[in-house]
Amino acid sequence: MKLLQCPINGLRPIDEFAFGGEHRDMPDLQSSSDAAWADYVFHRNGAPGVKKEWWYHVPSGIWFIAERNTLTDHVECTYLWGEA
Amino acid sequence: MPYRLLRFALTKKHPEPAFFRQPEKLGTCYDAVIIGGGGHGLAAAYYLAKDHGITNVAVLERGYLGGGNTGRNTTIIRSNYLTPEGVAFYDASVKIWENLSQELDLNLFYSNRGHFTLAHTESAMRTMRWRAEVNKHLRVKSEVVGPDDIKQACPEIDLSCAGHAPILGALYHAPGSVARHDGVAWGYGRAASRMGVEIFQNTEVIGLDIQHDRILGVRTSRGNIKTGKVLSAVAGFTPRITSMAGFRTPIVIHPLQACVSEPMKPWLNTILVSGSLHVYVSQSSRGELVMGASLDPYEIHSTRSTLDFVEGLSGHILDMFPFLSGIKVVRQWAGMADMTPDFAPIMGKTPVEGFYLDAGWGTWGFKATPISGKTMAETIAKDKAPDLVHAFRLTRFAEFELTGEKGAAAVGH
Repeated sequence: MKLLQCPINGLRPIDEFAFGGEHRDMPDLQSSSDAAWADYVFHRNGAPGVKKEWWYHVPSGIWFIAERNTLTDHVECTYLWGEA
Repeated sequence: MPYRLLRFALTKKHPEPAFFRQPEKLGTCYDAVIIGGGGHGLAAAYYLAKDHGITNVAVLERGYLGGGNTGRNTTIIRSNYLTPEGVAFYDASVKIWENLSQELDLNLFYSNRGHFTLAHTESAMRTMRWRAEVNKHLRVKSEVVGPDDIKQACPEIDLSCAGHAPILGALYHAPGSVARHDGVAWGYGRAASRMGVEIFQNTEVIGLDIQHDRILGVRTSRGNIKTGKVLSAVAGFTPRITSMAGFRTPIVIHPLQACVSEPMKPWLNTILVSGSLHVYVSQSSRGELVMGASLDPYEIHSTRSTLDFVEGLSGHILDMFPFLSGIKVVRQWAGMADMTPDFAPIMGKTPVEGFYLDAGWGTWGFKATPISGKTMAETIAKDKAPDLVHAFRLTRFAEFELTGEKGAAAVGH
């Protein structure tokens, strides 16, 4: 069983977590063009590498950030948003 | 041992020539280069030569022919989709499949089985009725059937699914079939090679030469090629190729796992799919049960398999068929699925002129092999995608015109 470090609850089985996709910066709603907005909504950095991702610990309802290598599935670190 | 076989074992002359030529050296210039020697890439090469007379074509394969998702899927062929665009497209594919063994002069073990998509809830039944109506409207044979019809086609099934997911009915799709998947790559490869297409295995693309948004060539591990037209048909490697080309797509890679049981006497004649239990199962011509489930829940660029997957899948298979409890799983594997937000492929032109994409095949690519080859060949030859694949263009995302195929393209959502 693969384990993941929750910043609040410690090391927990991966089954307890939900993947929230890569962390992306939202463009400004008022000034963003349609193209930039579509790029934000749909496009992703699909190539493998170390990515900053949203993860959710389902039983305790905690969203946090994991920096994970999507090629090797190695998690480098996890922390609450805004704390790194 | 038959005498004939013994004779061939002792002689250096082989009864069958090699399936396709393996040129020693990579050429320096081709009319078109296809990245990816799977079913889709080789089919595109075949139809480029057959339909459009373009034979100066190189197919580049990083590993071996059909060793990617062509050889990793669960071989199901069907056209009972949800959107009119999807149904028309996959139906065109089924029509080619039906005569493909003859066309390629190779037995693809194409076997028409009938396909049941089981519904365990009222809301699933509603989706089945919706799909049946869309299908019938487009003259695709699909109908909603009751539990008795399922029991008749498959007497071994436990209709109550161990009591916790009773089957209320199903979408029955008579044209549903299976085929030998690696044979498809080999058949298209051989036929393309006979018309002059050159196939290079163990040849990895390491870069693309692009100037002023126009493709000029491909850099590979075996040398550089000049060409004005490149097709990327690389399934789970698409984001790596598009990042070489310098544009973004919505594609995210998730592994999709599958497994087979030990061979059994033939007992399962149909293909069974359950969205609620996240399984699909059919019996191969070798007698193995071929079983698959839903996608792994997060992005990984790897073909690793997990115990969690076989555990979960086995539990659900036993809900449907308790008598299989003594049967062993003998092999499991994974493929890298390039998932799109609307569960439809991305086909056609890209921001780079002369660079075409046949991607986003997620968990639904095998059945589309012939028609995607045919439509991509036309796109390359005419520099314009046919109407049949207009709905699958890359720009649909920027235009907010997604296709909404999620209800019918995969299990587990």
